[in-house]
Amino acid sequence: MRKLVIAISMLALAASAAFADPILDRQALMKERGKIVGGLSKVAKGEEPFDAAAVLTQLQALQANAEKFDVEALFPKGSDTGDTTAAPKIWEDMAGFKAAEDKYLADVKAAVAAAPADADALKTQIGTIGSDCGTCHQGYRVKKG
Amino acid sequence: MAWLRKLVGAALVVGVAGAAAGWLLSAPVRLDAATLAQLGPGDASRGKRIFYAGGCTSCHAKPGSQGDARLELVGGLELKTPFGTFVPPNISQDPKDGIGAWSVEDLANAMLKGVSPSGRHFYPAFPYASYARMKPSDIADLYAFLKTLPAVAGKPPGNSLAFPFNIRRGIGLWKRLYLRDQPVIPLPDGTPEPVMAGRYLVEGPGHCGECHTPRDFAGGTRKGEWLAGAVAAEGSGVVPNITSGEGGIGTWSASDIANYLETGFTPDFDSVGGAMVDVQRNMAELTADDRTAIAAYLKAIPPHPNGYPARQKSTK
Repeated sequence: MRKLVIAISMLALAASAAFADPILDRQALMKERGKIVGGLSKVAKGEEPFDAAAVLTQLQALQANAEKFDVEALFPKGSDTGDTTAAPKIWEDMAGFKAAEDKYLADVKAAVAAAPADADALKTQIGTIGSDCGTCHQGYRVKKG
Repeated sequence: MAWLRKLVGAALVVGVAGAAAGWLLSAPVRLDAATLAQLGPGDASRGKRIFYAGGCTSCHAKPGSQGDARLELVGGLELKTPFGTFVPPNISQDPKDGIGAWSVEDLANAMLKGVSPSGRHFYPAFPYASYARMKPSDIADLYAFLKTLPAVAGKPPGNSLAFPFNIRRGIGLWKRLYLRDQPVIPLPDGTPEPVMAGRYLVEGPGHCGECHTPRDFAGGTRKGEWLAGAVAAEGSGVVPNITSGEGGIGTWSASDIANYLETGFTPDFDSVGGAMVDVQRNMAELTADDRTAIAAYLKAIPPHPNGYPARQKSTK
């Protein structure tokens, strides 16, 4: 678990280093986000033991990641082409995209504020957060194969 | 000039015979009495499972609705395809705008034969090519569950299709080519029960092949590339290969697949996306046994490489 936390911290550090390319930048943040949620869902499923302090650390890392997700800077006009799966709908409906991201951030913050005491509580929180992932990926991402 | 008269006469006979044959071959065919006799009384609580397995709400709920509003089946989603735009109709219990006045036999003819109560063909955007593999008793259960849902007034606009797809009668010929009630993947005797149950869910009510299998020029699914993934028939992008072939989900374990259907998380730390988001929410309503069965079937089917062209990587 300690190794995982260190790995995540290093990833977070790497992601915070300013990239010139917003596409690489947002992909790094998304990858980090997925890794953290993936680790948490293993705990929620009971595949790894529940350690309240470690879980809270990961949730906080998830919040830090979400707060770094500056939609304006990461999705500037013109960054819809190239090696990206971002859907054109992001730029057609920027307000809706931001709202979806804001709801995600709010749900992550709520999870940190109500630090889960057991795997079941974490499972409920991960369920809400996972549903936010789906909502955004439903309309704002295009699978290109 | 006798030969010319003969030729014209012969052409006329052939033409009329051809038209008559086309007309007969394209006629809507309803279920026979023996099949209707298998419907049985129907049970709403069992029907709820079929409702979610069938994904009715993904197309027939008002677009963008959440929570209980997903059970208001007023229609109106726009499915933009190369054939034109299909608009799923109101299938709520409203007797005038919806299907509240339908009998259970009407629902069975719609789902298993693609024929409306007035005897018209439905377009196969309504996935009866998959539903045709369902058990009549499951249709009766679904009918009983639909009866418990609200009646909502309102008719969405109709389809807008290009010629020749706007000629409904032509669907009769399409059905002769593609409408079968037999399983796609033959399974030998002694196949484990979960695989058999999964085949029923995936090939029948789940209608997974409608999006995950590439189609031929006439819009039929290519059974030789079953579930190999496809260019999206509706919207943009691709639908993933869910066989164990190259580009598919061979690295996913059966429990990875079941977990994905329950939670929406892939084993490689990604989440469900696109049209699959609604599907996954429906799958989460099924039992763990049903999701395990689907996973077991997907692990058992023939592997295929991707049924869509490789992604054009930018050289930026």
